[in-house]
Amino acid sequence: MEVKYWTYLIVGFTFAVYIGIAIWSKAKSTKEFYVAGGNISPIANGMATAADWMSAASFISMAGLIAFSGYGGSVFLMGWTGGYVLLAFLVAPYLRKYGKFTVPEFIGERFYSKTARLVAVLCLIVVSVTYVIGQMKGVGVAFSRFLETDYNTGLFIGMGIVFFYAVLGGMKGITYTQIAQYVVLIFAYTVPAIFISLELTGNPIPQLGLIGNVSDGTPLLQKLDTVITELGFGKYTNNVMGSKLNMFAYTLSLMIGTAGLPHVIIRFFTVKKVSDARLSAGWALIFIAILYTTAPAVAAMARLKFTKTIQVDKVGEVSGNIKYEKRPEWFKNWEKTGLLQHEDKNGDGRIQYYNDADKSFASVASEYGWKGNEMTKIDKDIMVLANPEIAKLPGWVVALVVAGGLAAALSTAAGLLLAISSSISHDLLKGIFRPQITEKQELNASRISMVGAILLAGYFGLNPPDFAAGTVAIAFGLAASSIFPVLMMGIFVKRMNREGAIAGMIAGLGVTLLYVFQHKGIMFIPGTSYMGGMEENWFFGITPNAFGAVGAIVNFAVAFIVSKMAKDPPEEVQKLVEDIRLPQINEN
Amino acid sequence: MNDQKSESEIPEDSSSPLGSGMTKQEYWKKNITCVLSLLVVWFVVSYGCGILFVEQMNKISIGGAQFGFWMAQQGSIYVFVVLIFVYVRLMNRLDREFTSTCQNEEKVQTEGEDQS
Repeated sequence: MEVKYWTYLIVGFTFAVYIGIAIWSKAKSTKEFYVAGGNISPIANGMATAADWMSAASFISMAGLIAFSGYGGSVFLMGWTGGYVLLAFLVAPYLRKYGKFTVPEFIGERFYSKTARLVAVLCLIVVSVTYVIGQMKGVGVAFSRFLETDYNTGLFIGMGIVFFYAVLGGMKGITYTQIAQYVVLIFAYTVPAIFISLELTGNPIPQLGLIGNVSDGTPLLQKLDTVITELGFGKYTNNVMGSKLNMFAYTLSLMIGTAGLPHVIIRFFTVKKVSDARLSAGWALIFIAILYTTAPAVAAMARLKFTKTIQVDKVGEVSGNIKYEKRPEWFKNWEKTGLLQHEDKNGDGRIQYYNDADKSFASVASEYGWKGNEMTKIDKDIMVLANPEIAKLPGWVVALVVAGGLAAALSTAAGLLLAISSSISHDLLKGIFRPQITEKQELNASRISMVGAILLAGYFGLNPPDFAAGTVAIAFGLAASSIFPVLMMGIFVKRMNREGAIAGMIAGLGVTLLYVFQHKGIMFIPGTSYMGGMEENWFFGITPNAFGAVGAIVNFAVAFIVSKMAKDPPEEVQKLVEDIRLPQINEN
Repeated sequence: MNDQKSESEIPEDSSSPLGSGMTKQEYWKKNITCVLSLLVVWFVVSYGCGILFVEQMNKISIGGAQFGFWMAQQGSIYVFVVLIFVYVRLMNRLDREFTSTCQNEEKVQTEGEDQS
């Protein structure tokens, strides 16, 4: 059967499952809509959290990113998993004990201030919307490439599915759908990885394959280092990203950003008790770790496979480079999409792929008669999607990967949309502007704001702003520099007051935004970056993406200084802090 | 808003009537100690082995990989998982000790803690 029909079959089947779950789990109360009734089991919630967390970026982009950055790519692996340790130790149990529906609600009550709540809502919406745009785009791309519909139709189908189960079921529908989506995505990710690992190293477990040997007896990683350094690239296993300090700050930003992402935090409101919240974070990390420990294996193997496809034999000999007309089928398919491009610079009808930016190797290469790197474009995002084709796996595996990518994108989009809609209906409407509305009206309002959020996300999906790629920096920077510190101080510093918290949030946010904008352009409009993206202007060599950690430090510092100048929080707030620190006495 | 009370004046059962039990402050202190010591491990395996001292770690090898590289891409993640489950166990034990104290107190004092 052709790949296309397999894709229709598998994607169609998974979508039918999602819709079935939606009908079965319609939310009837605000509690069901916001926190799925508050009685999800820790394992189920862990699985849903994992699907919620692993987005199209984790599924599609991460392995490709690591493949081409080697050791430097470790920041993503450590950052996006280590954040769960912080979440489990410092955030989830206390906010679960607090026992309400949204993150801004906690911030508002802890800092006895509607302004603080409003600032928190604002951060939440900016973080979640920037995040959701990427997911919608992923859905559109997956559809257009594999189901041969056009991009817009793909996007509408994706929106329709999310609309159905998120609006009907709220958190309840989303939770059960996410469990199904986790199963689909993890299966889709590991199956091709197993095949590739088996082929390259003879070991079916990719994590072991990574430290195993290739067929000629040399270790996989050593082989990879040799193959790519012969072509002038940096060594895979010690290729640092920027500098040590940058890697440190980058990892820290991702970790504290993870622990401050509202759509992840609210998942811990769905379990029954505090001890379940802790346990659930552990299960979530197990489910996430399955993908995150597979990804570096996929990365290294894909890089080796990809390089060897082009450089089939000894570097420097004419026959060492593959003839362009003999390029494999997957190569042709991706060329059609424009994500892979070749230009025969020296007119020899063969492909040369090497690092022409490395001066000493470039001069060696010119002696071979090479006139520059001929792979003019390699989009890193294609690595995971192309992997099954590169490994010559059957059509149903390719189809499975498409369904997995869609599951990753849809599950994350739904979680984000819920975070947005609950902060609009619960925080803005019920909490600040219209406290008198009934539960029924609030439930309707949250459904309407969910529809609004989906339409907004769809609009941005149809007209993707140019800045989409740069927004990851903003999303994590905001969460790391504003939400995480304010939660920490709210829980661990009893004396922290309203004035300190608000000043800290604004300062942390301001510094981070300023830094990102000055290097990437105001609102990412090219040409407005008043200091340019130039590396020499980076603060201690820290890239804009890694700046959230610095923003968080500024936030803490400002908050402590300002809080010393204002009055202590009122007694009932201090009581609230004491209360969230203690375990529930009468559990069960 | 008479919120000028100093911390010592805030009503708090600073000593347990039963003597053997655990006060709120003791519970909180133990909680912080537990979290901090686990965070030291968290820091050492990721930032320590994976970033700051990666060259030194790379002199050791694990299978076909250098240890520092392996910690950064694999090992730290496994340790993170273990850390959370250790934390869950330690905290559950601490919670049990604390709640049993509270329940004893409730029996003694009749006015119970109104939690949940």
